[in-house]
Amino acid sequence: MTAEIMKDIKKKIYEHKIYDRVFSLIGVILTFMVLMVLFVLLIDLMRNGVPRLSVSFFTSYPSRFANRAGILSAWVGTILVMTVTAIAAVPIGVAAGIYLEEYARKNWITNLIEINITNLAGVPSIIYGLMALGIFVYQLELGQSILTAGLTLSLLILPIVIVSTREALRTIPIGIREAAQAAGATKWQVVKDHLVPYSAGGVFTGIIIALSRAIGETAPLLTIGALTFIAFLPDSPFMGEFPYISFDWLLSPFTVMPIQMFNWVSRPQIDFHKNAAAAGCVLIFMSIGMNALAMYLRYKYRKKIQW
Amino acid sequence: MKKICLIVFVSLIFSLSIHAKSKKEKTIVKVDGSSTVYLITEAVAEKFQESKKGSIHVTVGISGTGGGFEKFCKGEIDIADASRPIEQKEINSCKDKKITYVELPIGYDALTVVVNPKNTWVNSMTVAELKKLWEPTPEGQTPITQWNQINPTWPKTKISLYGPGAKSGTFDYFTKAIVGKEKSSRADYMPSEDDNTTVTGVAGDENALGYFGFAYYSENMDKLKAIAIDSGKGTVIPSQEAVEHGTYQPLSRPLFIYVNTQSLKKKHVKEFAEFYVNNAQTLVADVKYVPFQKAEYDMVKVRLMGMQQGTVFAGKAEAGLKIKEILQRKPKI
Repeated sequence: MTAEIMKDIKKKIYEHKIYDRVFSLIGVILTFMVLMVLFVLLIDLMRNGVPRLSVSFFTSYPSRFANRAGILSAWVGTILVMTVTAIAAVPIGVAAGIYLEEYARKNWITNLIEINITNLAGVPSIIYGLMALGIFVYQLELGQSILTAGLTLSLLILPIVIVSTREALRTIPIGIREAAQAAGATKWQVVKDHLVPYSAGGVFTGIIIALSRAIGETAPLLTIGALTFIAFLPDSPFMGEFPYISFDWLLSPFTVMPIQMFNWVSRPQIDFHKNAAAAGCVLIFMSIGMNALAMYLRYKYRKKIQW
Repeated sequence: MKKICLIVFVSLIFSLSIHAKSKKEKTIVKVDGSSTVYLITEAVAEKFQESKKGSIHVTVGISGTGGGFEKFCKGEIDIADASRPIEQKEINSCKDKKITYVELPIGYDALTVVVNPKNTWVNSMTVAELKKLWEPTPEGQTPITQWNQINPTWPKTKISLYGPGAKSGTFDYFTKAIVGKEKSSRADYMPSEDDNTTVTGVAGDENALGYFGFAYYSENMDKLKAIAIDSGKGTVIPSQEAVEHGTYQPLSRPLFIYVNTQSLKKKHVKEFAEFYVNNAQTLVADVKYVPFQKAEYDMVKVRLMGMQQGTVFAGKAEAGLKIKEILQRKPKI
């Protein structure tokens, strides 16, 4: 009798293990397929683009001759726009995240805000562009400038920054807060001395992932009037005379990498398509670089934490 | 406290420098509009900046012909690139903002109808045949899905159609020239924002037919076969010469730039516009469009120098006009 039951149970376990195996096999195959697609795309892009990469490709302006054309105005534009985006989005996003997680009372207003933030993360990016055209370009008269572009993209990534800040704060054990408060720390001291440093790794990761989403955006920038041909750089932020720092570049017209790429792709000449592939490689390296930085920061901050 | 001081200081400089900036007059020529004309304007802008050694800056955007006119009539840009003449509602919105302009034709584009090189049955088509194929199916008739429905001598195989999306100026002109009414087209074709999609589509399908600007054909002659067009005076294959001589009709279309007259009073915009007309003949050919004759550019220049305001089209779309006719008409506001 018992032997029979044991046999039954063993059979069941055996069956279930088979299901387990089958499921994990399907999982592996699917993952592999997705990665294959990604790799094929990457390899195709590299094969077309890498031969075109040279120093002059980075130091030349766009041109009607494919072999003379370069991405100087595009990569400078991308970096400046990203700088403005980060400066605008990070303080607001992190502060909002901390407030919602640590300070906000649980009532209907907070709920409303939370629902809105989650929804905002899913709004198509062109909507942000249209709104920015109305508010930044026409109402605030910031023009079709780097400042407008940066602010637009910062709105776009704000929900992501807020959500990832909250996620990072949630991973800190409640004991840390209680211990600090038990030792007489005020709420602000708890936030400043414990929560912010401990969550820094996660917050940075969130910020960088948000920025690497923003770096590939075209739609909202085209809406606010990013240019396609621009053969000069914004004014330098440093000056020889008082006040030494200039912010003129903020109001300068600009283009960014994805727009330059799209323009080249849609041209009839095959040589321009190679330029587009090369620009694509640079863009991918940029975002891989940012992701690597995110990983490094997370690792570094996690190592520092000693509970 | 230190930090707060720093923030205040930085924001002070920030507001100061923005303030100072608004007083400074910048020598930038702003151009925006059609993506077809963009290729010419980009070439001109590049050469112009080289010749000025960077003392005058030119920026060019691609908002489409309609988007370009929208900005132009708000006074945001100096020059609008256009692959079709200005429309009545755009004329009105410019008038509302008291913006006047000089209309300058700068070159031709030849819309090219292409098929797969393996297609042995079609070498030419009449405008009527193209109309039958592309017009929205009239009520009570069966839609055309096979080649033999257009011409009984052609095979009974499925026809697949490719063309530009409805936002494109190429689409506007083709429908006007072939179907007779702007934007009137059958909807069951593969529309694309990027004409290279049409190239790939037609190159890979024996039974496909598509249309786009001449440059996309001339770069892909080995993969595509252009169809000669018969508008009643014999078949004409699209080529540089046929467009120049005005025989490739009705699919040759003129391209334009519109210059704001207020901007034209500024030295740098005037210099750029003159440079544009003076160098158009070589640069238009460089980017694979068809230039006018020298004498015709001289007439364009007269229009520019005399600041003859307005349009010769009075807001109506017309197809199949020769450039001589366009230049001989007197522009009206």
